Amino acid sequence: MTKRQLLMKRYIFPVALAFSLIVGSVSANAAEGEGGGLLHAGTNVQDQASLQRGARLFFNYCVGCHSLKYMRYSRIAQDLGLSEQEVMQNLNFTGARFDDPVISHMPAESASKWFGKAPPDLSLEVSAKTADWVYTYLNSFYLDPHSPIGWNNTALPNAAMPFPLWELQGLQTAQMKPAKAGEDPAVEKLVLSQPGKLTPAQFQQATRDLTSFLEYASEPAALERHHYGIWVLLFLAFFTLLAAMLKKEYWKDVH
Amino acid sequence: MANEVVDHGRRRFLTATTAVVGGIGIVSAAVPFIKSWEPSARAKAAGAPVTQSLAKIEAGQMLAVSWRSLPVFVVNRTPAQLATLPEVDSRLVDPKSNGASAGQQPKYAQNETRSIKPEWLVVVGICTHLGCVPNFVPEIKPEPFDPNWKGGFYCPCHHSRYDLAGRVFNGVPAPKNLEVPPYHFVDDTTIQIGVDPKEAG
Amino acid sequence: MANVFTNIGDWVTERAPGMMPMYRAHMTEYYAPKNFNLWYYFGSLALLVLVNQIVTGIFLTMNYNPSAAGAFDSVQYIMRDVEWGWLIRYMHSTGASLFFVVVFLHMFRGIMYGSYKRPRELVWLLGMLIFLVLMAEAFMGYVLPWGNMSFWGAKVIVSLFGTIPVIGSTLVEWIMGDFLPADATLNRFFALHVIALPIVLLLLVVLHIAALHEVGSNNPDGVEIKKGPKGNRWDALKPSDGIPFHPYYTVKDLVGVGFFLLIAAFIIFFAPTFGGWFLEHDNSIMANNLVTPAEIKPVWYFTPFYAIVRMIPSFAGTAVWGVLAMFGAIAVLFLLPWFDRGKVKSIRYRGTGYKVALGLFVLSFFGLGAVGAGITAEVIPEWFGNVDLTTYENAFGRLMTLIYFGFFAFLWAYTHFGWEKTKPVPERVTTHD
Repeated sequence: MTKRQLLMKRYIFPVALAFSLIVGSVSANAAEGEGGGLLHAGTNVQDQASLQRGARLFFNYCVGCHSLKYMRYSRIAQDLGLSEQEVMQNLNFTGARFDDPVISHMPAESASKWFGKAPPDLSLEVSAKTADWVYTYLNSFYLDPHSPIGWNNTALPNAAMPFPLWELQGLQTAQMKPAKAGEDPAVEKLVLSQPGKLTPAQFQQATRDLTSFLEYASEPAALERHHYGIWVLLFLAFFTLLAAMLKKEYWKDVH
Repeated sequence: MANEVVDHGRRRFLTATTAVVGGIGIVSAAVPFIKSWEPSARAKAAGAPVTQSLAKIEAGQMLAVSWRSLPVFVVNRTPAQLATLPEVDSRLVDPKSNGASAGQQPKYAQNETRSIKPEWLVVVGICTHLGCVPNFVPEIKPEPFDPNWKGGFYCPCHHSRYDLAGRVFNGVPAPKNLEVPPYHFVDDTTIQIGVDPKEAG
Repeated sequence: MANVFTNIGDWVTERAPGMMPMYRAHMTEYYAPKNFNLWYYFGSLALLVLVNQIVTGIFLTMNYNPSAAGAFDSVQYIMRDVEWGWLIRYMHSTGASLFFVVVFLHMFRGIMYGSYKRPRELVWLLGMLIFLVLMAEAFMGYVLPWGNMSFWGAKVIVSLFGTIPVIGSTLVEWIMGDFLPADATLNRFFALHVIALPIVLLLLVVLHIAALHEVGSNNPDGVEIKKGPKGNRWDALKPSDGIPFHPYYTVKDLVGVGFFLLIAAFIIFFAPTFGGWFLEHDNSIMANNLVTPAEIKPVWYFTPFYAIVRMIPSFAGTAVWGVLAMFGAIAVLFLLPWFDRGKVKSIRYRGTGYKVALGLFVLSFFGLGAVGAGITAEVIPEWFGNVDLTTYENAFGRLMTLIYFGFFAFLWAYTHFGWEKTKPVPERVTTHD
């Protein structure tokens, strides 16, 4: 066997393993979006502007009911490139201190009475459900006269949540499939019956930003780890190369 | 079977280089672990500056405020109490706080009253001997522990004594004056403990 | 510079004369076969991962709160508030999964090259004990974050013991210390995971390596180098095909470490949840005894064994047969040295029947994994349409179970009745490198 063939044979397995791991993880991530007819969120937590817009949306439309109990205002400021003043003036509607966590003032018992269920904390929502699901959910509300709160959602049927973003999206209604005997009619598709302040494309971007912000909130460390990861990989590649040279040198002794 | 001559120089070089790079790797890997011992965001939040209103503290009274889990004594000193301070100078270890107690207060509290405004004393209520919390004994009258007592703090553990500016007396176990924490006046009737005046801008 | 070391060496030797000989016996004068290939990296890698788990585990314990009320929050505290806590956590969770990747490959090497055969049965048995303890350690570790999968996984696995007749329900209550996985369960799992099992694991690893060094390492050709010619370029009395472990295999393992760390670092920094395989989505929800996750499945490295439990039906009023089969699947591995009556160690010189059987065994392991992980449940409707899922899945899973156990039965018959046609085993190792 030639030296080249030998070298190839030695390294092909670990390279193949690494490659398949990469492909596997990437495809596993991608596959989340395709399963169950979810829309593709297309979020990018590395886009700070998107996170800022998403944060603004969250604090304007969501924090009335939903907490982010594992996120501190100070951390949001630090990660989103905002000053303490900007955060305290534009985002902090809960009257908390700068380094306090984001707690909604909606009392849980009242919420349970009004909506049948306390609005859940959203700190880990994207981790639990995936970004695609949250994005789909935000885009799938529709007016439903049969629902006690007047709203329903195709991603989470009979959700107890009213839709806070209708001003921006407009009003969606459901076009139903013809009902089969003995079965409830199913939703065929959603149509925009009344336009909102944003065009459909703008609304999709807004919900994308909001989902990005929630994705960030699920794992703030994601901003850091990419940055460090590159250096770690470069260093390890260099180290492995050195070790391989050292090994080759010593193994000249072995015949 | 080719009998090669061992290039010891090359081996030493490669071994040393790999060892150094590997060492750099191990040290770098240790950094996050060591840094994980630094105060967490939660600890820093708990240790955040504390804002305290002075409105309810009457003349001659003390309020103990919790800051970084430490008791901070805020005393509203009367003119009579302020007058005692020069009188006890000769009985103190470091009356000007520029000797053994040079590091016990920020520059703006290195004065006779050890404070920004003369009447408001702000000191950490931890005895500089072994850490007990001293009692506030403000009345200017003879005490069993000192027939010439002009008011101040008395530590019950090992009987150290401090005057009404937190300065330590001669002949007691405590070596230094009570510590003055960073603080500043937000307005005339409010202080914030934990932030120096210039930091607050 | 060298003088300092020699002086220290002399100082120690005068006070503990056995230390330097021990170092020589296990490192510089431990003669290992010179033909180790890729499959031989995984032992040292397992040791590396063990060290990683211990070090990161210690630092996690510094901030983790082992109570049912505080555990979940404390994990988020580590991930967000503790400096570099996220990195320590990801190193630990990635390490746990990579531990099993490495250990499975290490075990497979042993099967392929007959490293479990005489005189290395003890090495194999100790290794299997390590595997058992490792599974217990991983199971308990997984409960600690007290997510919803932690809770329900604990509930399901502990209730397996409830299938044991007569003592089952008492046993389950005794294990949990409550009527469901609760604070008591979490606290004792914490103590076992952090202190008891790591100590046992370390002890077993020491014994495993000591037992190996007593008889010497096997190699890809299955040739006993100690029985071959003597004399090599380092020592006239040692096996010709042996080389000193140090520096040759220490330096070679270092390259393996480098590659392995590259893969580990990629996962830790770029894909720590590994698409939900290493850190599951449902564990981002706090433990809730009223809400079961949509699909309860064990973490990936338990999926083949869990599938076996599910594939064996209930019988005579008890479901204990599935549990027995699961333990049986590990028991047959313990007994491998006695199932395989063949004299030839390495797959390189064994009969074709053996190679086919081993290949099928590997496929069955992956197939069972697919069942346990819920992959078959997803794929069957896609490929076959609206069929009865249970029937199809059972058919596939039971076939895989048969093949898994069948491997051992076949191996016994194949070698006992002399059906195996082996190739001649060389006297010296063949160095392909």
